[in-house]
Amino acid sequence: MAKTLESKKACTVNPLKMSQPLGAAYAFMGLDSCMPVMHGSQGCTSFGLVLLVRHFKEAIPLQTTAMNEVTTILGGYENIEAALLNIKKRAAPRIIALCSTGLTETKGDDVDGYLKLVRARKPELDDTALVYVSTPDYVGAFEDGWKHAVTGIVQHLVPERGAEGAPTATIPTQVNLLPGSHLTPGDLEEIKEMLAAFGLSAITLPDVSGSLDGHIPPDWRGTTLGGTRHDDIARMGSSVATLAIGEQMREAAEALQQRTGVPFQLFDRLTGLACNDAFLMALSRISGQPVPPKYRRQRSQLLDAMLDGHFYLGGKQVAIGAEPDLLLAAGALLHEMGAVLHTVVTTTHSAALDALPAEQALVGDLEDLETGARACDLLMTHSHGRQAAERLHKPFFRLGFPVFDRIGNAHRVMVGYRGTRQFIFEVANLMMAHIPHAVPDTWPLPEAAQRVAKPSSAQAELPWPTFTKPPAVDTTAHHQPHGVNP
Amino acid sequence: MSASLKQKIAEVFDEPGCDKNQGKSEKERKKGCTKQLSPGAAAGGCAFDGAKIALQPIVDVAHLVHGPIACEGNSWDNRHSYSSGSTLYRTGFTTDINELDVIYGGEKRLFKSVKEIIEKYDPPAVFVYQTCVTALIGDDIEAVCKRASEKFGKPVIPVNSPGFAGPKNLGNKLGGESILDHVIGTQEPAYTTPYDINIIGEYNLSGELWQIKPLLDALGVRVLSCISGDGRYHEVASSHRARVNMMVCSKSMINIATRMQKNWGIPYFEGSFYGIGDMSDTLRQIARLLVQQGAEADLIERTERLIEVEEARAWKRLEPYRARLAGKRVLLITGGVKSWSVVSALQEVGMEIVGTSIKKSTKEDKEKIKEIMGDDAHMIDDMTPREMYNMLRDARADIMLSGGRSQFIALKARMPWLDINQERYHPYAGYEGMVELVEEIDKALYNPVWQQVRIPAPWDEVDAGMLAGEALVPTAEGAH
Repeated sequence: MAKTLESKKACTVNPLKMSQPLGAAYAFMGLDSCMPVMHGSQGCTSFGLVLLVRHFKEAIPLQTTAMNEVTTILGGYENIEAALLNIKKRAAPRIIALCSTGLTETKGDDVDGYLKLVRARKPELDDTALVYVSTPDYVGAFEDGWKHAVTGIVQHLVPERGAEGAPTATIPTQVNLLPGSHLTPGDLEEIKEMLAAFGLSAITLPDVSGSLDGHIPPDWRGTTLGGTRHDDIARMGSSVATLAIGEQMREAAEALQQRTGVPFQLFDRLTGLACNDAFLMALSRISGQPVPPKYRRQRSQLLDAMLDGHFYLGGKQVAIGAEPDLLLAAGALLHEMGAVLHTVVTTTHSAALDALPAEQALVGDLEDLETGARACDLLMTHSHGRQAAERLHKPFFRLGFPVFDRIGNAHRVMVGYRGTRQFIFEVANLMMAHIPHAVPDTWPLPEAAQRVAKPSSAQAELPWPTFTKPPAVDTTAHHQPHGVNP
Repeated sequence: MSASLKQKIAEVFDEPGCDKNQGKSEKERKKGCTKQLSPGAAAGGCAFDGAKIALQPIVDVAHLVHGPIACEGNSWDNRHSYSSGSTLYRTGFTTDINELDVIYGGEKRLFKSVKEIIEKYDPPAVFVYQTCVTALIGDDIEAVCKRASEKFGKPVIPVNSPGFAGPKNLGNKLGGESILDHVIGTQEPAYTTPYDINIIGEYNLSGELWQIKPLLDALGVRVLSCISGDGRYHEVASSHRARVNMMVCSKSMINIATRMQKNWGIPYFEGSFYGIGDMSDTLRQIARLLVQQGAEADLIERTERLIEVEEARAWKRLEPYRARLAGKRVLLITGGVKSWSVVSALQEVGMEIVGTSIKKSTKEDKEKIKEIMGDDAHMIDDMTPREMYNMLRDARADIMLSGGRSQFIALKARMPWLDINQERYHPYAGYEGMVELVEEIDKALYNPVWQQVRIPAPWDEVDAGMLAGEALVPTAEGAH
C-alpha cells in the first residue's frame, strides 16, 4: 500500500542505513564453526565488529583481508590467499565466508576466480568450505547484504538434487527455516519451539540463535560458537518444506527450491494475529498435526493483550524508521492496534513496503524521521534515534539493529502470539508512561471566543466582574462531602 | 594515491619528535613506522577511523564523510567524547555515495552536501573526510573544499586520510596534518595571557578533560585550545598563540606539537593524566615551561602547593582500597601511553601487573614500562585471545583491563573485566580519575556475581558421579 520514495538530499544526515557487507557478515555469524571475512580495508571490518559487539555484547569473529592502496590496485588475490591460510592456521574453522566491500568492488576483484585459484593451489584448504558473496557498500543496505549472503550460502553449500552428497529421501518431519535479518536469536528460539510443538525439526539457515544468544561456552573458540552446521546445510534438500520469514528471504528460498525441489512458503511477518494464525495452520498442514492447545491459549492471551493495549495505541501518530521487513512486522501490527504510521523511513527498496499500511515510505535517514516525528506521539527506530527523541522530547522505542544502549537485545521476542503480546505490552507501557498531564491552561479559549464573551465596550472600562452583594442562595451545602452532614 | 597524500604520508613518516624514526636510514623511514598488516589476522581501525577519532571531538564543526554508507553508517556516534556546548559533532553527515557516483564521480554530490549542511546547520566550518572508494575513483576533495570555501565563505577543510592509506595511528597524524595545513594559525584569539597552553591529543572521553581543568583553572593556566576534546573551531584556529603545548597519548598527534614548535616556536612536552605521579609531573612540566616562556615564577611554587594538597587528598581517598587490592593480579591489554601510565597507577595501590600489552606502544613506552616494572616486565607483544582466555580461566590473573572488543575473553572465562579504552563510560584522568579507576576495579573484583557465575550446574556433578559408578544411594522411599 505504501508508495516508496527516494530522498532528494545530496547529504545523508544521521544515517539509518548500515552497509551490505555488515548484513552479510551478520548472516555468516549464523553458521557454525565459521569465520566471516570482509574483503576490504581493515576499517571495514573494525567498524562492523565494534557495532555487532555493542549490540550483542558478545565476542564477534570477523576478519579482514587488510587491503591497502597498493594491493587494491594490483588486485587482492594474494591478500585473500594469505587471509584464508592465516585463518585456517589460527582458528581452523569449518567454513570461511567472504564478502566484498565498496573498495574491492570499485577495483573489480574477481573473487570467485580467486577462490578457484586458491582451491587449485592450496590443498591444505580442501576440508574448509568457502563461501563468497558480492556486497558493495554503495548498493543496498544491511538487509540486502543478509539476503545475498544467505542466497550465496545456499548456492555454495547446498548440493543440487541428484548431485554427489545430495540427500535422496525426504524426511517428512524436517523443514527448512530461512529467517530474515530482523529476527533475533530469541525470535528463532520461539519459532523453533512452535515447530517442535508440531513434531517438526528445522534446519535453520542462518541460525544466530546458536551463536549470538549469549551463552557461555566451555572453551574459547576463535570462530562462531554455534549456528547452522555445515552437514545440516547439505541436508536441506531432504526437508519436506521451506518456511521463509520476511520478504528478504524470497531470493534464498527460490534458490533453494531450484536446487533441491523443496517447495517454500513465505511469511512476510510473524508479528500480529492473523499472520500467526496462518503460520500455525501451515505447520499443521505440513505436519498433519492439529494446532496444540497451548497455542489456542496463547492466541486468546494475545486477543486480551490487544484489547488492553489498544487504549494506549489507538490514534497515536507514529514515526518509524527500520529496514523493510522489520518495518512491516512492527508497522502493520501498530496499524492493526489503531496507530497511524505518520512518518515511515526505511533503508532500501523491498516488496515488503508495498504491503505496509502507510501512505508512503521514504528511503532516507534519521533527519527525515526527526522532521516527520515533530508531529508524532512516538518515535521508533534503532539506538541512533535517541538523539532525535531527546531533542523532540518524544517517547522513544528502540527497534532493530543496532541497539547499543540496552542489554538483552538477543532475547527480545516479537514473533508468535507470545512475542506479539510482549511487543504490544512494551509499546503500550511506554505510551502509558507518557500520558499527557493536563495543566490549568491546557485548553485555552480562542481569542474569538474570549472577545464575544466580554461585556460591551461601555462596561469594559469598569473593574470586572463586580458584585455588590453576595449571592442570595447558599449553594455550598450541596457540595459538602459525604459524612460531614449531621 | 594522489601525489599530495603520498607526500603527506612521507612527511609524517619523517618525524623529528620521534627518536626511533630519526634513528632510521632514509630508505627505512620511507617504509613507514607501522608493521605490515597480516590479512586474516588483523584487528584495529583504518586511517579514516584514526583521522575521525582525532578531529571529531571538535564539537561545533560538521564532520562530513565522503564515501559509501559503511564508513559513517556503521561507525557514527560510537564514542563518549563529551561536549560542554554544541552537539553538532554527534550528528552523522555522509554523502552515502551510490553506484552511479562511483561511475561518474562523487564530487558534485560532495559539493551539494556541503551546501546543504551550511544552509541547514550553519557550522563555523565543515570537515570533509576522504574514504577508500572516493579516493580510488579519484574524487579530488581538496579541490571541492577549496571551491566550496570560496563559494560559501566558510572554511571547508579536507581531511585526506582514506582507510587504505594505513592503520589508525597513521590516520591520527593525517588528521593532525589537515588542521596544521588548513586551520591552526588562521584566526587570532580575542586576547592572550602568559598562561595559555594547548593540550594536544586529549579527546575528553567521558569528560576526562574536566577532571584536569579545575586544577589548571586554580593555577590560572588557561587552556587556549584542547586539540581536540570539547574543542571549538575558533580555538583550534587560534591555538598558535599558546605559550606551551602539552602532548597527551603518546605519539598520536606528535606532528602537531613538532610543527607548532617549528612554525611558532611553541615548546612542547609529553605528559600523561593517568596516575597520581604522572598527573603531578604533568602539572610541574606545564608550570616549568610556562615560567620559562615568561609567566610569573611563583607559578612553580603554587603548583607544588596544589600538588601536595591534591596528592594527599587522593591518597586519603585511596587508603581504604589498599588493603582490598594489595596483591591482586592485573592483566592489562591496551596500548600506547596507557600501557605504562596505568601500570604505575595500579602499582601505587599495591596491585601486581602480570602482563601489559605493548602491541601499540612505542620504544619509549616500552622503556618506560621496564623502568616502572623492573627487569621482569611482563610485556606481551601479541597475545592471542585464546592465550588470554586460558590465563584468566586458570586464574593466573584476577582481573583484565582492556578495550570493549576483548571484554568477552574475560567474561566468558567468568573473570572480572574493566573497560579502559575509548568506549568506556568512566573518566579516569587526574587525581579524581585515579580514585574513580580504583573504585571501579574494587567494584569489579568484589562483586558477588563472580561467586554466583562459577557455581557449577548441580546436574553436571550428579551426571559425573553416575558416570563414575557412584550413583546416588536411593532412599527408602525412592527404592520402594
